[in-house]
Amino acid sequence: METKNIMIVGVGGQGTLLTSRILGALTIQAGYDVKLSEVHGMAQRGGSVVTFVRYGDKVYEPVVEEGQADVLIAFERLEALRYAHFLKEKGAIVVNDNRIDPMPVVIGAAKYPENIIEELEQHHRVYKVDALEEAKKLGNSRVFNIIVLGIAAQHMNFTKEEWLKVIEETVPAKTIEINKKAFEVGYNLHS
Amino acid sequence: MAEKVIMLGNEAFARGAYEAGCKVSAAYPGTPSTEISENIVQYEEIYSEWSPNEKVAMEVAIGASIIGVRALASMKHVGLNVAADPLFTVSYIGVTGGLVAIIADDPGLYSSQNEQDTRAIARAAKVPVLEPSDSSEAKEFVKFAFDLSEKYDTPVIVRATTRLAHSQGMVELNERIEREDKPYVRDFAKNVMMPGNAKGRHLVVESRENALEKDGCNFSINKVEYQDTSIGFITSGIPYMYVKEAFPEASVLKLGIVNPLPRKLIEEFAAKVDTLYIIEELDPIIEEQVKSWGIKAIGKEVLTVQGEYTANLLRKAIGGEKLSIAHPAQVPNRPPILCPSCPHRSVYSILNRLKIHGAGDIGCYTLGAVAPLSVVDTTVCMGASISTLHGMEKAKGKDYIKNWVALIGDSTFMHTGINSLINMVYNKGTGTVMILDNSTTGMTGHQDHAATGKTLMGEDANAVDIATLCKAVGVNHVYEINAFDTERLEKAIKEATAMDEVAVIITKSPCILLSKAPSKKQYHILPEVCKKCGMCMKPGCPAITKLENGTIAINDTMCNGCGLCEQACKFAAVKPVER
Repeated sequence: METKNIMIVGVGGQGTLLTSRILGALTIQAGYDVKLSEVHGMAQRGGSVVTFVRYGDKVYEPVVEEGQADVLIAFERLEALRYAHFLKEKGAIVVNDNRIDPMPVVIGAAKYPENIIEELEQHHRVYKVDALEEAKKLGNSRVFNIIVLGIAAQHMNFTKEEWLKVIEETVPAKTIEINKKAFEVGYNLHS
Repeated sequence: MAEKVIMLGNEAFARGAYEAGCKVSAAYPGTPSTEISENIVQYEEIYSEWSPNEKVAMEVAIGASIIGVRALASMKHVGLNVAADPLFTVSYIGVTGGLVAIIADDPGLYSSQNEQDTRAIARAAKVPVLEPSDSSEAKEFVKFAFDLSEKYDTPVIVRATTRLAHSQGMVELNERIEREDKPYVRDFAKNVMMPGNAKGRHLVVESRENALEKDGCNFSINKVEYQDTSIGFITSGIPYMYVKEAFPEASVLKLGIVNPLPRKLIEEFAAKVDTLYIIEELDPIIEEQVKSWGIKAIGKEVLTVQGEYTANLLRKAIGGEKLSIAHPAQVPNRPPILCPSCPHRSVYSILNRLKIHGAGDIGCYTLGAVAPLSVVDTTVCMGASISTLHGMEKAKGKDYIKNWVALIGDSTFMHTGINSLINMVYNKGTGTVMILDNSTTGMTGHQDHAATGKTLMGEDANAVDIATLCKAVGVNHVYEINAFDTERLEKAIKEATAMDEVAVIITKSPCILLSKAPSKKQYHILPEVCKKCGMCMKPGCPAITKLENGTIAINDTMCNGCGLCEQACKFAAVKPVER
């Protein structure tokens, strides 16, 4: 199989690491070679963070490069736009339609771009969700990233049962049920 | 069949030490090396500790090695500068039990103050360096390093980079091999490095280097892959992966040992390929040596000494490929920032208001250098805040630093800041030192230290009382104030900076991320009362946003309830709400 390239982008603290770990565990159970690359340390403190997941028969490079991503999972709008050029021509963007102002915007030194979703839609297949709103409906705003992951699952070659099994094995025991529910919400949203 | 699992590079390093029969591990946290110790702690066969700094950690490992036990020290690249003193001399002493140091470089500067290359230090110290390319090799090379260390009577460095340390890949698990401790034999000529003995040991070091240069040619950790010989690559570590990705058909000499270089192996490979490239991130360490042997090769003529490489970078620089890549969108940067409810923000907003300069240090609080707080004027290295402020005073007199303070965290103060404070008192300085005590090593992800009352292995321990320590070194004016008590804090800063004596202000408020549960209290802005003056936004809290229509709002998923914005508002428009 040709190597599949997935990117998870967001703002430090949004849970990109947990999401990539679920995806990593899934690819291993399916018997692929896999590499994940993460950002720790200073860069994580509310900064722009990106995690790469690559799986296939044999994976060398641990990072995804410009023009190579099959799926871009973005937990924040501006971050989706920042990394959109990493997508392949027919790649899919799954974007949480949420805005977090970076410091240059907060202090008025820069403007938060308008119409991001529309701009992305001009060049890519875009699947958007207000995951925070959906997560609040479930009673726990922290599971928003699993909702986003549920949408992304529609663009990867694993069954729903495989996903749910891995979520069960990866998230803390107390949060298994809510995370599974969150996944279902995302999975059914654009199907 | 052995179990296969996915592991972070740093997790695999820890596993390698475990399987190799390592019994002692010491480290100071530093991105990207921190998770090595955080993973070693799960193996109860290994004693592991956070030492106050890297020099201490290295010496702890040396002590264990001298009496015959396998020991590990791990640190980031700049940590090796601190530990360079023991390293250079243990190179002469050698080992009894295997001694391995894992040093993590940071090409691309994800979380560091410089981009130095550990191989250059290792060459100067005449210490062998191994360089793995993925998690699987990370584990295996550590085991190889322990064997090598004992066989050649030398400390061994295993070099990582951020990309290796923080990438996950498949690793096959093996059993731990328990090793009997080697007997300690009293040997003054070998273990006491006074000049007469060191002269003799220097000869041993040189012949060891020669032996390793020859024997290294046959080490199993080097790999030669002959394919198309019109183009050949000498590479090591993570860059090997980029070479394989970009030039799958080319011949490759993948070096497992990069110091000393296996000269004959390299000469043989160079003779068989038409055009030779040397691919190494950071400095041309391999390249300069290979070229000095009269071998024609291309390296930094077409490649950079800065940042990380990628396969695309090699395709462009070497393949001459014109890659049609979409341009990135022009979007505002998102630099790292202090978290909502970070106690540092409270301290910095006062300093900003008082127009005070900060001689800074290494930690989350370095982020006070960026707008809108902009109070950290300098950052050099661990512990430098206090000593650089002292130097300023000695250069220009005490009045010059009346609007300056030194800014240092609790963990950094324990690391090397304490030396500088002793110096400031001893040499009759008058500086004001602010110790931003958040009860943890914050930036690296919350590690304990000598003033937190817990060890790496989770045991209760003595917690250094920082205030008492400061008094003991001769500071007569020590304040302890909650970071969010802005009134008292402002008064203390004014008082301390006006004094003609050293003063220490310890701001005590734990890192907001230490508490895992979301804050019960939050704030919101009453739109009908808000005058849109923007005072609440001055401290630069990321949870507060000005919307398109000029209204100011607090993001309820981000607010942690510190109330700094409430204190800033003159119109009582910011109100607490229970979550």
